[in-house]
Amino acid sequence: MKIAVCVKQTFDTEAKIVLKDGKISGDGINLIINPYDEVAVEEALRIKEKQGGEVVVVCAGGDRATEAIRQALAMGADRGVLIKVSDPDVDEYARAVMLAEVLKEQAPDLILCGHVAADDGSSQVPTRTAEILGLPHANVVTKLEFADGKAVCTREVDGGMEVMEVALPAVVTCQVSLNEPRYPSMKGIMQAKKKPIANVDAPAVESKAKIIELALPAAKQAGKKIEGEPEDTGMQLAAWLLNEVKVEVKQ
Amino acid sequence: MDFRLTDEQEMFRKVVRDFAEKEVGPSAAERDEEERFDMDLFFKMGELGLCGIPWEEEYGGSGSDFISYVIAVEELSRVCASTGVTLSAHISLCSWPIWKFGTEEQKQKYLIPLAEGTKLGAFAITEPSAGSDAGGTKTTAVLDGDHYVLNGTKVFITNAYYADIYVVIARTGPKELKHRGISAFIVEKGTPGFSFGKKEKKLGIRSSATYELIFEDCRIPKENLLGQEGEGFKIGMMILDGGRNGIAAQAVGIAQGALDFALQYAKERVQFGKPISDQQAIRFKLADMATRIEAARLLTYQAAWLESAKLPYGKASAMAKLYAGDAAMYVTTEAVQILGGYGYSREYPVERMMRDAKITQIYEGTNEIQRVVISNMLLRD
Repeated sequence: MKIAVCVKQTFDTEAKIVLKDGKISGDGINLIINPYDEVAVEEALRIKEKQGGEVVVVCAGGDRATEAIRQALAMGADRGVLIKVSDPDVDEYARAVMLAEVLKEQAPDLILCGHVAADDGSSQVPTRTAEILGLPHANVVTKLEFADGKAVCTREVDGGMEVMEVALPAVVTCQVSLNEPRYPSMKGIMQAKKKPIANVDAPAVESKAKIIELALPAAKQAGKKIEGEPEDTGMQLAAWLLNEVKVEVKQ
Repeated sequence: MDFRLTDEQEMFRKVVRDFAEKEVGPSAAERDEEERFDMDLFFKMGELGLCGIPWEEEYGGSGSDFISYVIAVEELSRVCASTGVTLSAHISLCSWPIWKFGTEEQKQKYLIPLAEGTKLGAFAITEPSAGSDAGGTKTTAVLDGDHYVLNGTKVFITNAYYADIYVVIARTGPKELKHRGISAFIVEKGTPGFSFGKKEKKLGIRSSATYELIFEDCRIPKENLLGQEGEGFKIGMMILDGGRNGIAAQAVGIAQGALDFALQYAKERVQFGKPISDQQAIRFKLADMATRIEAARLLTYQAAWLESAKLPYGKASAMAKLYAGDAAMYVTTEAVQILGGYGYSREYPVERMMRDAKITQIYEGTNEIQRVVISNMLLRD
């Protein structure tokens, strides 16, 4: 099976976000593969190990995005395609158009993605890509199996789960519970050096949405400390809840 | 001149750090407390490809270099010095001589499982009365037909009991030949006549295994001689030249772990209404600690670079081990001081790091012996 995995390079989830001139500052911030996409890479490798085939990693991003592709190659993917995007603020629509163009050319049997990116959390790109390609898609998948040339996807739905069958080729987005991604091995890292990464220029496509403003969440308010003997502190806490927090008490 | 790591080395450091923090660090205090060696951790390192970093792929290795190797020991030691020395002894002391001096048959039989991490290695040179003076080796190996017969006792053997493959230094010639009458052998665990004595109870690196080896008429096949007869002293000294750099890396890792913890603590600990990191007394300590670590790291990486470039590295690795060992002892002691009473408590990891640091001034040649090695080279040149 030929599998394409779409990965996005995001900030390290432990990075401290700093705004500079209304934009998120990339200074001194570690970049990683979006952790949900890492699960997609792992799933692709497991399918390949079971059935044979090829795993192609596709990433739309700047020059540093090569690092994300290399990491996926070190985990065991076969080759990469970097769609060079000069404007980091392209919207989900434009990203989907770019990915769809490359994916159409690659013609994989299965396209795997993380179901959400850890940075902007928009969850749009895989679905948009599937729509552009006219492919079926299954989102937030926690178990993926194959039967009779179809993908059987168990997916998380509100309060339960749903088993869905889709014809291949299809776009499947992965939930973190799908698997535990492997560490790239030392040998894998050395081999990744020799694996090909094709650079393609992003097609000219205009974003439809534009980010106007970014703001950090309000700083956490300091807690309230109540001191004294238990009978007093109990009274004080109750009074504070009633009068200041304005907790409604149902009789 | 370029002080940056390659992209592969950078990625490798991230992977090992991640592995160390998730798989090794969480159990470090408990394994120290219980003095328990964890073989599963070694197997996990094998799966990650850590056990054969510098060896060629045809021998089960990763085809990388000695810089990546010291990075691995450093990152493991940053969270658990015992795990760091397990890998260092496995690679530098057991696998390296087989890689360097082994016949093709010996490499096929022993280096491949060592590199793949399915078998653990150890090295036995030290004896009760032959520590720094390895020329005084008393363990004997006498040729008898197709076998060498080993008799004697080795002490303080890292990875022993759990290790499957041992490189053993023994005397094949008369005492009068001194270091020219010494040879190296490969001995498998389970060989009749080869048993283990007491488990060493140690101040630090308590979750690394340290045992006595006892050889009583232990017959090993003649083809398990490593190198030529009489080359054992030379081989042993060369093993320690490289091993020292592994220990230097271990010391750098221990020190970095202690600094990381003390730095975080100093920012959070409030006394007299402000974090103690606002006090100049603490700041100066942190600056000195960081500077010595950086110097130790550069010496260590330089020695590893020399070895990877196939240039002489004996003096560099002796300097790295000497400096890094002293730096680790200094840095961990200061880290305990910064944490004060909490630093002395086993609730916090810095007391363990201080106990672990001490051995880096002692094993694979005491720091006094390093000064002998370095000054010998200075005077010879």
